[in-house]
Amino acid sequence: MPNSKVNNFVIRFANVNGTGSASANYLCAKAIFRMGIPVTPKNIFPSNIQGLPTWYDVRVSEKGYLGRREGVDIMVCVNPQSMPDDVRSVRSGGYFIYDSTKALHPELIRSDVTYIGMPLMEMCLREFTDPRQRQLFKNIIYVGALVALLDIEFEVLEQLLAEQFEGKEKLISLNIKALKLGVQYIHDNFSFPLEIRLERRDLVGDKILVDGNSACGLGAVYGGATVVAWYPITPSTSVVEGFETYAKKLRIDPETGKKNFAIVQAEDELAAIGMVIGANWNGARSFTATSGPGLSLMNEFLGLAYFAEIPTVLIDVQRTGPSTGMPTRTQQSDILLAAYASHGDTKQVLIFPSTPKECFEMTAESFDLAELLQTPIILMTDLDLGMNDHMSEPFVWDDSKPYDRGKVLDAQQLEELPRFGRYLDVDGDGITYRTIPGTHPTKGSFFTRGTSRDEYAAYTEDGSVYARNMDRLLKKWDTAKDIVPAPVLYQQENKSPYGLIFFGTSTYSAEEAMDEMEVSGTVFDAMRLRSFPFNKTVEDFIHSHEMVFIIEQNRDGQMRSLLINELNVNPQKMIAVLNFDGMPITAQFISTRINKTLSPAINTEAKI
Amino acid sequence: MTYIRPKFRHPDLPKNDLGYTTKEYEGSLSTLCAGCGHDSISASIIEACFELSIPPHRIAKLSGIGCSSKTPTYFLGNSHGFNSVHGRMPSVATGANMANRDLTYIGVSGDGDTASIGMGQFVHVIRRNLNMVYIVMNNGCYGLTKGQDSATADEGSKSKAGSVNPFQPIDLAGLALELGASFVAQSFSGDKEQLIPLIKAAISHQGFAFINVISPCVTFNNNPGSTKSYDYVREHIESTGKTDLVPEKTEILTSYESGTGTDVKMHDGTYIRLEKLAANRNPFDRMGAMNALQAARNRNEILTGLLFVETETENLHHTINSSERPLNSLLQEELCPGSLVLADINDELR
Repeated sequence: MPNSKVNNFVIRFANVNGTGSASANYLCAKAIFRMGIPVTPKNIFPSNIQGLPTWYDVRVSEKGYLGRREGVDIMVCVNPQSMPDDVRSVRSGGYFIYDSTKALHPELIRSDVTYIGMPLMEMCLREFTDPRQRQLFKNIIYVGALVALLDIEFEVLEQLLAEQFEGKEKLISLNIKALKLGVQYIHDNFSFPLEIRLERRDLVGDKILVDGNSACGLGAVYGGATVVAWYPITPSTSVVEGFETYAKKLRIDPETGKKNFAIVQAEDELAAIGMVIGANWNGARSFTATSGPGLSLMNEFLGLAYFAEIPTVLIDVQRTGPSTGMPTRTQQSDILLAAYASHGDTKQVLIFPSTPKECFEMTAESFDLAELLQTPIILMTDLDLGMNDHMSEPFVWDDSKPYDRGKVLDAQQLEELPRFGRYLDVDGDGITYRTIPGTHPTKGSFFTRGTSRDEYAAYTEDGSVYARNMDRLLKKWDTAKDIVPAPVLYQQENKSPYGLIFFGTSTYSAEEAMDEMEVSGTVFDAMRLRSFPFNKTVEDFIHSHEMVFIIEQNRDGQMRSLLINELNVNPQKMIAVLNFDGMPITAQFISTRINKTLSPAINTEAKI
Repeated sequence: MTYIRPKFRHPDLPKNDLGYTTKEYEGSLSTLCAGCGHDSISASIIEACFELSIPPHRIAKLSGIGCSSKTPTYFLGNSHGFNSVHGRMPSVATGANMANRDLTYIGVSGDGDTASIGMGQFVHVIRRNLNMVYIVMNNGCYGLTKGQDSATADEGSKSKAGSVNPFQPIDLAGLALELGASFVAQSFSGDKEQLIPLIKAAISHQGFAFINVISPCVTFNNNPGSTKSYDYVREHIESTGKTDLVPEKTEILTSYESGTGTDVKMHDGTYIRLEKLAANRNPFDRMGAMNALQAARNRNEILTGLLFVETETENLHHTINSSERPLNSLLQEELCPGSLVLADINDELR
């Protein structure tokens, strides 16, 4: 019988923002990952640079569940501001590790929690002289304590520090010293390891630990993006920073030393998307990254790109809205805004990655899709996926697959063409041929405009010509349905009257909830959406189930609304499971809500 | 409705170095009001591009929204055009320029499109010194919505309906000078002799070239009391001197009497020839240009001509050190690092 307390817990670090704690906490998470144990770190940070409380959760799961879990088994609290709340959030039977330089207030003592006090401040003052070091190494000392308490392998940490500070021997030895101080203090004062602890496993395989935003940035490098325009906004900023970091390594011309890319920090999001549209129009692959407020601003331009049919790639790292909302918390709440972005009849292609691997490959694929479909492609990720590290399948790239630049005519093709019609549906799929400026001296030039025009791009106010064009755009939309990433079905054949639909970061917890509910006797079929427009598989899945639960992270059930609006399905059987408090959805939340719907007779109070 | 120009041209039309006549540089027939100043500016753009022998397909013309922004349809029919959204032409031009540094970019905007809704993008494209020509067809009013005052309407200027504008005008040329634009000129749509060489010089300039062109709105702002009417502008115009662009990349042999002329060597080897330059005017003196502009305003005069030029200038591509080759011409093997590099990246993340 495996010990349920081994490799199965949540440890939370409570720190003060701006004290360098995140890297120490990450070090701890990475060490667990290197010990072959599945791990999920989540940084819960304030909209602040320095001084406010910040938390860092590390979930360790032998079973490989990567969603967030409520309940803290071990609290490492080095922030007096949040201490009362932090004590309260520890599970009964859990541990509270704190800085005992200052005595704990008697009101904070719980009889069902084990307290482990270490005089972190005092130790730092004694051992280090530099003020910054005194602050930073406080974090490393508690990591050292965890080495003893949780059985983290010391050699793994040594190796990680050696990699992180390669060539900076002094820093490495100072960090090792701080780690050892922590280990020694536990050895001298407490019994160890704790009952809740780690054991090396081989459950990680070739997986990687990376955040979604870096993966998107790398995906854009691989997808051939050359022009990047952006305006800083949390939580999307690190997408462009990721692109820049990789591009500086991988995209410098070896002969000239010049950059095979251009990054422009725009004056606002309107300008950022305008630049992206201008660059794509001119034949470069170009993208921007933003979050909800930026997406709101970009709406007018997205309408232009839709109507004038200009490839555009936009990465929306969603955060909690409306308005400024909770800018450092997660949500999936831009779905309707993105799906119908801009005035008039518009429909935008959305892509929903749920892992860093998908962030990488779907970003790269978005450039193909944008050029194939000559329309904006909006990659809908979120703060949780974008800014937190996730254990993910490794990135994969097929060298034999050329970029698909879509229907672009070159000088030779133009030469042979009797007459070029920019908006002429030659192939009957609603996708027309375009030309890049500068291609041919006398053929292929046309006027790109947001006003109505005929098949030859000439301005027109003829209603029937306008309507014909709008109908063709719908035909293109139908063509898109089987080009965009298909939904993932979890079963070959249906085995339940109940279906689950989820997407993006709700996936981890939805999968875990499915397992949980199956153990307690209810089996579900499931489908993970990966794109909009929805294809026939999506409609069939809904039709073939009596009841369908749509799991999402917003208040209004936006994906449910989109499904009902776009498909011929009965809204009565579409049940929304909605988490919108800004924290990533948990499996327990999902199963509780679903059980409540399926067994209304069970008194929920009696359950938990 | 689309207006197509008749195809017939006089067989003896002059040809440029490419063997093209002005026909290759024309666009569709204008749908603007008869006598609109904008049409004269379109004609000047056609003439300037013809005289410089630029292959039309190597020009991209961009605009925002408004009467002025309609004009790219009426010139350079063999060039790709982009009529974007209101006030946002600079961003589209920036992206296009980043994608392909080898084309000539001509942006056309109006006073509403630039001085009101597009002010944010206008000032930032100047800051970045994007290599483009930016022409404002400035008539002091919103033509397409029937004559409301714009932000460049002079204080006290009277509209057709008789109301007097109570607000201070935004002086776009002054603003461009203040923000560090590397080429600033001002002209009048009715003075092609001045405007054509200015456009030619602006195209030759390898950075941001701004030309503010007073362009009367014959329908809504050509009435007595308006400071943007043909009559008013003709009466109050004051030139910095005569300008011409000498395209030959050869040594200039002409010499002037002291104090009467200057040849400005442009980065691309052409020369801007400034004749009869007004006393004390130095085209490299930004502060002097700002003072002269302000002094003219105080006299209710409109100072025209080349106000300022900085020939050795770093445009955005230099600033960010991007590839000399157009980014849109790079091939997949130059852009995509491939699976072996990706395997190393995966390793770093383990």
